[in-house]
Amino acid sequence: MSILVNNDTKLIVQGFTGSQGTFHSEQCIAYGTNIVGGVTPGRGGETHLDKPVFNTCADAVAETGANASMIYVPAPFAADAILEAEAAGIKVIICITEHIPVLDMLKVRAVLDNSESVLIGPNCPGVITPGECKIGIMPAHIHKQGKIGIVSRSGTLTYEAVFQTTAIGYGQSTCVGIGGDPIHGLDFIDVLEMFENDPQTEGVVMVGEIGGTAEEEAAEYIKANMKKPVVAYIAGVTAPAGKRMGHAGAIISGGKGTADDKFAALESAGVATVRSTAEIGSKMEEILG
Amino acid sequence: MNVHEYQAKEIFARFGVPAGEGKVARSADEAVEVAKLLGGEKWVVKAQVHAGGRGKAGGVKICDSVDEVKKAADGMIGGELKTKQTGDVALPIHSVYVEKPADIESELYLSVLVDRATRRVTFIASPEGGMDIEEVAENTPEKITQVAIHPAAGFQAYQGRELGFFLGLDKKQVGEFVKVMKGLYDMFMATDASLVEINPLVTTKQGGLMALDGKLDFDDNALFRQKEFAAMRDITQENEREAKAAEFDLNYIQLDGNIGCMVNGAGLAMGTMDLVKLHGGEPANFLDVGGGATTERVTEAFKLITAGDGVKAILVNIFGGIVRCDLIAEGIITAAKDVGITVPVVVRLEGTNAEAGRKLLDECDFDLIAAQDLTDAAKKVVAEAKKG
Repeated sequence: MSILVNNDTKLIVQGFTGSQGTFHSEQCIAYGTNIVGGVTPGRGGETHLDKPVFNTCADAVAETGANASMIYVPAPFAADAILEAEAAGIKVIICITEHIPVLDMLKVRAVLDNSESVLIGPNCPGVITPGECKIGIMPAHIHKQGKIGIVSRSGTLTYEAVFQTTAIGYGQSTCVGIGGDPIHGLDFIDVLEMFENDPQTEGVVMVGEIGGTAEEEAAEYIKANMKKPVVAYIAGVTAPAGKRMGHAGAIISGGKGTADDKFAALESAGVATVRSTAEIGSKMEEILG
Repeated sequence: MNVHEYQAKEIFARFGVPAGEGKVARSADEAVEVAKLLGGEKWVVKAQVHAGGRGKAGGVKICDSVDEVKKAADGMIGGELKTKQTGDVALPIHSVYVEKPADIESELYLSVLVDRATRRVTFIASPEGGMDIEEVAENTPEKITQVAIHPAAGFQAYQGRELGFFLGLDKKQVGEFVKVMKGLYDMFMATDASLVEINPLVTTKQGGLMALDGKLDFDDNALFRQKEFAAMRDITQENEREAKAAEFDLNYIQLDGNIGCMVNGAGLAMGTMDLVKLHGGEPANFLDVGGGATTERVTEAFKLITAGDGVKAILVNIFGGIVRCDLIAEGIITAAKDVGITVPVVVRLEGTNAEAGRKLLDECDFDLIAAQDLTDAAKKVVAEAKKG
């Protein structure tokens, strides 16, 4: 079954003809993702990578029936691109772009809170349902179609979790990178709920990091609502307070958002946790047997 | 991005937020000129550094004569200030703010930020101004309250009244307070701020309000459209290595330990530091070399990591997704040779062409230690650091 994206996904790419958009679209097409076209304002009517280019998302949707979008538009214009996709009725919007201004994202969320569309990201590696659909920059070959759902704020840490769960033979149902920004689309709870309701997912790996309270809220959610096993890992135990650790949202502010607090919340909610990045797979193996 | 108090106050003034009367001075003589310009018989001389806690550290002096102003400025400019907030670091003082003192009735706390849980621009207020707000939150949380601004409505006067009466202001002051809040909200939105903190916001004996101190941080991601404020960046107040790293598009944070780290991806970089600690070592830094681990970036990264003398071993942890591990290995070998690394370097490569990458590392004539996996890498680098 998987969540969010699968064989039925019809994907358009915003920022299609830019260098990032082109490179990653090629990779996704090679994987088998059904890219039906792209959007670059002013280049409508052209063909790129053998796909039609449109001036607007609305045109693209009218012509192709696209139901998902992958956004590589530069940061100053990315929020606009997200809102355009939403207005065109695209149900799943995946924004890879990093460095979008926070106040832009506040506006985006205000619109999305009243919309049927979901946003994943920004500042994320994307979403992949192995064997069916890859939307983003993740290295395809480390994935394997299978039964572990992965939800993570970090790109390369996700790849570690994927690598380990592939190595033990479990594979992944869907991997969702929710991104490293403080204001973003789907959060842990949203994706955990989807995994809980997904027949293909048997266990879930949750990768968090310092900053904010999303992991603490997820801990409460897991305790109250989830029957499937969850293994959680939080990065940033050694992060100093007050410093932004790479990701815009990875910052301990006013003493809040520490990795220790998150581990404590998860553990007291009965969630299995690991302290080492290298033990995610083995912990899942221990639980799933 | 931070700015100095004098810059924050100048921007406050543009939005109708009263911040007293004062001017920046870059020399003791200039400070005297400012004092004379301001007039009166008393002045406050404040060191301009990007940190709070200046008062307790001797960075704020009340002066009863122009001579004292000169002496105070002289003692500060060209010197350094270490406050509770700067930890072990002393910040250089290149200017002072000379202002007229306020006739303080009471001290309040007011800040504005984006609350990430509610996704709202939020005002936080407390009648316990002039104190460490985190301590107030810890000890007397009932003395702090907040209001969230709805993006569709913007700031509404009732929200100012709510906070104003909570702060114990009288009717006239509440009216002033509403204006101050509106000014701060408009400023926050117009300048792409990430944090505004006025601690203390004082009520004066004349019944007015005034920002006695002002802190204004801007959203780094929005500086491209806030060029005037981007130009206010004061690099002397930043960690030298962290600032240099940014020039090369590297994310670097200095820490205390002796094991240097170079990783691609912020989350994995944090995870790697944590893993080093877990295995008994102390990370010397956080470094995210980013998506393109090219020879140039790796070279700059090695230079940053080995800039001080404290590093006894280095761990390079790269998960090659799009970028091939054999290319990364070549980059690491070239960079290590070019920079002339003298400490042991443990390299863990995984992902595309990892085997080929590891082979290159094993066979190269530079002393690089190839790790089999993450745990092996952490154990090896900790052992190497202990040897040295």
